[in-house]
Amino acid sequence: MNDKPWNNRAWFFVLPVLAFVLFSSIVPMMTVVNYSIQDSMGVNNFFWNGDAWFRELLDPSTEIGARFAGALVRTFAFSLTCLAIELPLGIAIALCLPRRGWSIGASLVLIALPMLIPWNVVGTIWQIFTRADIGLFGAVLTGIGLPYNVTQDPVSAWVTIVVIDVWHWTPLVILLSYAGLRAIPDAFYQAARIDGASRWAVFIKIELPKLQKVLVIATLLRFMQTFMIYTEPVVVTGGGPGNATTFLSIDLVKIAIGQVDLGKAAAMSLVYNLIIITVCWVFYTVMTQLERRRDA
Amino acid sequence: MARITLDGIAHAYARNPQSPQDYALQPLHHVWEQGKAYALLGPSGCGKTTLLNIISGLVIPSEGRLLFDERDVTRLPTEQRNIAQVFQFPVIYDTMTVAENLAFPLRNRKVRRPQIAARVADIAAMLELTPYLNRRARGLTADAKQKISLGRGLVRSDVSAVLFDEPLTVIDPALKWELRSKLKAVHRALDLLMIYVTHDQTEALTFADRVVVLNEGRAVQIGTPEELFERPEHTFVGYFIGSPGMNLLPAQVAGTRAQVGDCEVQLGAAYPAMPADARIQIGVRPDFVTLAPTRGLKVQVRRVDDLGRKRLAHVSLAGHPMVAMVPDGMATIGAEAFVNLDAAHVLVYRDDVRVEGVAA
Repeated sequence: MNDKPWNNRAWFFVLPVLAFVLFSSIVPMMTVVNYSIQDSMGVNNFFWNGDAWFRELLDPSTEIGARFAGALVRTFAFSLTCLAIELPLGIAIALCLPRRGWSIGASLVLIALPMLIPWNVVGTIWQIFTRADIGLFGAVLTGIGLPYNVTQDPVSAWVTIVVIDVWHWTPLVILLSYAGLRAIPDAFYQAARIDGASRWAVFIKIELPKLQKVLVIATLLRFMQTFMIYTEPVVVTGGGPGNATTFLSIDLVKIAIGQVDLGKAAAMSLVYNLIIITVCWVFYTVMTQLERRRDA
Repeated sequence: MARITLDGIAHAYARNPQSPQDYALQPLHHVWEQGKAYALLGPSGCGKTTLLNIISGLVIPSEGRLLFDERDVTRLPTEQRNIAQVFQFPVIYDTMTVAENLAFPLRNRKVRRPQIAARVADIAAMLELTPYLNRRARGLTADAKQKISLGRGLVRSDVSAVLFDEPLTVIDPALKWELRSKLKAVHRALDLLMIYVTHDQTEALTFADRVVVLNEGRAVQIGTPEELFERPEHTFVGYFIGSPGMNLLPAQVAGTRAQVGDCEVQLGAAYPAMPADARIQIGVRPDFVTLAPTRGLKVQVRRVDDLGRKRLAHVSLAGHPMVAMVPDGMATIGAEAFVNLDAAHVLVYRDDVRVEGVAA
């Protein structure tokens, strides 16, 4: 222990990082914690409120509790729907991509294009795309007689938001799966041919197990992003019709900025944050434990 | 059970091969006999894996025919050939147990369950995998995984040939011997044709009944380990096999004598006169060159390597490097010494191909 060099200048390397983390995470976070235990009356007029906001938030019989519970259910439903579509679709497309030649680069660039478009631009594109008068998508659906109306029909609104997310983010799953597939040595496919395995058996017994780690990452990323969905529904549906597409993030902004209810909003964002962290942690732990048990 | 015939098999990976350089494998005629163990030996990139993949059907040759007994299988897909292959890196199915791994090829071929169980038990016993049968395959060591890959091939009762593509590359040196003798035992027990690809001459020479030496896509010699050692037909075989390889010295040959620079070497046979534009070399393995303090051909000693069991002297004979054995009794070695060549083992090469002499 004593023969290790002792030099106080090392603080110069550590302190900038600490300062950065302090201002980027800890101070903003603690500000939110501070708001969440107070009530505000007018400008800069705060009162101690203890855990009352949290109690109210988690009790569905109150007004804010009911709003929170409704938004939470919608957000989970949205996340799970997107995951259920994007993961299988992404894997399927990745399996169809070429393995050699110039077409690899071409298809990867084409596939990655949606990911390069900013969220609000995506929202605007689809907002116009789905209009019944000038939007191609909306006009075609209305033209063939489907009751498609984003601003009045909840089903249309939901379908649209899900389709947008699938269009925007399935490419991420495709790219990750493709990378995972490319990492499988040729010998596995050759051995499978010699063993007389069917295409389906190759997928189930070789490709899927080898993709497992990549898919855990893809699931985590897609869960976090879909659970935080905000811009697209705000631009396309505005959270409506009614509150059919009002997700947690939208409700949060309504309370914090629309109603300037800083205490409620702070409590809500903390709970929101905790839910994401908890779900991710549980999912990751379960997956890694399963893997470890399999090796034993 | 089959005999495999290569009838003018050649392969080029490029679409339109023009010159011989475009071919990964030059036209090759060879018959692999049922029940024999062969090794395909050659440096990296010599075409040995290509040849193996042609036999297993993973590569379709651009020329020639491949026959299993009398049946033409050149264009038959892999799964319809009765071939098993073990790859360089162990291939196992991660999610399955050892038993399920072994049963996989039979399941795919819709064999009945009791029959599968019996076959798996037999093969597991032979490969000493029985204690692991119910464990996940992926937690096992590399040598156990390699045995599973082999087992997946052997479990099929219709298999007529087992192909090995450098199967011991990732195995610990200590376990290599054990696994190789296991392979030998399996070969003796099952009477299968085995073809073993390697760049390691010790592996090839200890495993195989006959060795095919490949260089730049060409089979330069096919023979028993002894033939390759005693009578290399090509200078490549001479220096590729043996550790160190054969000494090759440019020479003029006339009758039973060869002239290397200003030294005269006695040959074991008489040779006809050779054309002046031919490149003539004499070849002699270091094992048949002895260093001596007096008497013989005068050489300069460059260095002596002590390998423990034997000592090798790197010397220069008329300016040409060669390697000689140092006899046990010879303690001090000066800058100059003499070498004696065993005339019966001095071979003559014309443009890298061995010339047969007439017994003198």
